[in-house]
Amino acid sequence: MKSMRDGFGEGLREAGKRNKNVVVLTADLAESSRANLFAEEFPDRFFDLGIAEQNMMGVAAGMALSGKIPFVCSYAVFSPGRNWEQLRVSVCLTDVNVKIAGAHAGFSANADGATHQALEDMAITRALPNLMVLAPCDYEQTKKVVLASAQINGPVYIRYHKQKLPQVTTADAPFELGKAQVLKEGKDVSVFACGPMVYRSLMVAEKLESKVSVEVVNIHTIKPIDKEVVIRSVKKTGKVVTCEEHQITGGLGSAVAEVLGESCPTPMKRVGVKDVFGESGEYEELVEKYGLGEKDIEEAILKV
Amino acid sequence: MKIEELQDKANDIREVIIKMLAGAGSGHSAGALGSADFWTALYFGGVINYRSDEPEWEDRDRVVLSAGHYCPVLYAVLAEAGFFLKEELDSLRKIDSRLQGHPHKSSTSEVEQLPGVENTSGPLGQGVSVAVGMAMAAKMDKKDWRVICFMGDGEQNEGQVWEAYLNAAKFDLGNLTLVIDRNNIQLSGRTETIMPLEPFKAKLESFGLRVIEVNGHDIEEILQAMKMARVMLDRPTAIILYTTPGKGVDFMENKSEWHGKPPIEPGEAVEALEEINSIKTYE
Repeated sequence: MKSMRDGFGEGLREAGKRNKNVVVLTADLAESSRANLFAEEFPDRFFDLGIAEQNMMGVAAGMALSGKIPFVCSYAVFSPGRNWEQLRVSVCLTDVNVKIAGAHAGFSANADGATHQALEDMAITRALPNLMVLAPCDYEQTKKVVLASAQINGPVYIRYHKQKLPQVTTADAPFELGKAQVLKEGKDVSVFACGPMVYRSLMVAEKLESKVSVEVVNIHTIKPIDKEVVIRSVKKTGKVVTCEEHQITGGLGSAVAEVLGESCPTPMKRVGVKDVFGESGEYEELVEKYGLGEKDIEEAILKV
Repeated sequence: MKIEELQDKANDIREVIIKMLAGAGSGHSAGALGSADFWTALYFGGVINYRSDEPEWEDRDRVVLSAGHYCPVLYAVLAEAGFFLKEELDSLRKIDSRLQGHPHKSSTSEVEQLPGVENTSGPLGQGVSVAVGMAMAAKMDKKDWRVICFMGDGEQNEGQVWEAYLNAAKFDLGNLTLVIDRNNIQLSGRTETIMPLEPFKAKLESFGLRVIEVNGHDIEEILQAMKMARVMLDRPTAIILYTTPGKGVDFMENKSEWHGKPPIEPGEAVEALEEINSIKTYE
């Protein structure tokens, strides 16, 4: 079991090795975001700007306008939460090469309570032109996402989790930004998932194998979503379940519904947080209580 | 260029601003007119490096307009400096124009990009952080180019501005000059009524900035302050530019109702142009 945040930190350090223009900014959250791995290796390219996320986003834009590739590291609730307008104007409207890393996505900040749980970040980032939105599914994929983001020119938002979770992909598994991955083929129901919901979906698919043939697709790129793979899968199965550790409005479920509503209307169930805030608790307790557990995915698959 | 010539050029810029705003039918008059002397001194007084035929020249000084609503004066001086044709000024705020109602920088689109504009602004407080980021990048790369960031005094209400000052002081950004137009008005009234700033100079100093106070209508003083800021490299400099909003047009001067509107009532633009014309000294 490994955490996405360790993958993030290691990917960031590797990106720093590969390109001297990569710089890292944080708002007093170097260690918990794992930006500290970069800081230890490249202290001259690491800047702690204090607990001031709005300024940090603008500073990143200014650095990008001067040839740097800044990674802005904080918790997703604060960045892009608190500094959304700076993201909108200084980064996205200006179309600069800034990467926003939202740590502690979903229920990651479990015991810290509702204030620190990022359940709306995909909704607010998905609405912004020019911005790519990424939600990798495990440690290895988070590493790849960081390296791939550093190589493309333009703003990217990456959400990632804190907990040590099971591995879904391997170090040498293929990865391409914008390309959804069919991790398990099936013919009865398509499950589109992101983040830790991918491994939960795979567990359920395996469990149901004798009854229902479930296709599990990892949608690591939420925007632009891979319409082709989504439509192809649904044309085969005719039923859809989406799974995300996020509000059911505005995130992956909405993105899939938008694609299918226009191109291929299909019976659908969305597994996600149902328009409520979270609370303090153990991570797995919250996942269960707020309807994101394996039994919830199973129920959605059987009912759709 | 002699001081008197710069003074007349500033009044030419004021005429252009009036024409642009009257043509656009909306926009912000007072700040653009009030700071015309500063902007003229900045671009034509020999205190910054730029190449109007090579706007992205790597070693240029970066002029960041944080208070985006001042853009008519920026556009007017950029056109005067040759960054683009003056005829394009007529397109301010119109469809398909590069002269957006608030400045738009796009680092990827050649088409939308107005040469000479360094940043996107309008939502207040954002440009100063962009300027800080540029200054940090220049310092990392040991480049000599400087960053000049222009702000309004109403803009100082934004918390982001003070975050940026803390940031600039932490990294001793001696390559950063902040210019704050202290004209005492903002959209809906006097700055000291809406959200008092005084003692403003003491606040800036306590944030680690070196402060120079300047009469914003005295071109010689402006040039001297900009030259001083250029050589004092140990920490960031803030220039408080004391100006009269609407300067040059009697019926606009010191009136906050002219902060956010253009001369569009019958006769207003003509009267404004006549007044500005009458104060020219050198021609």
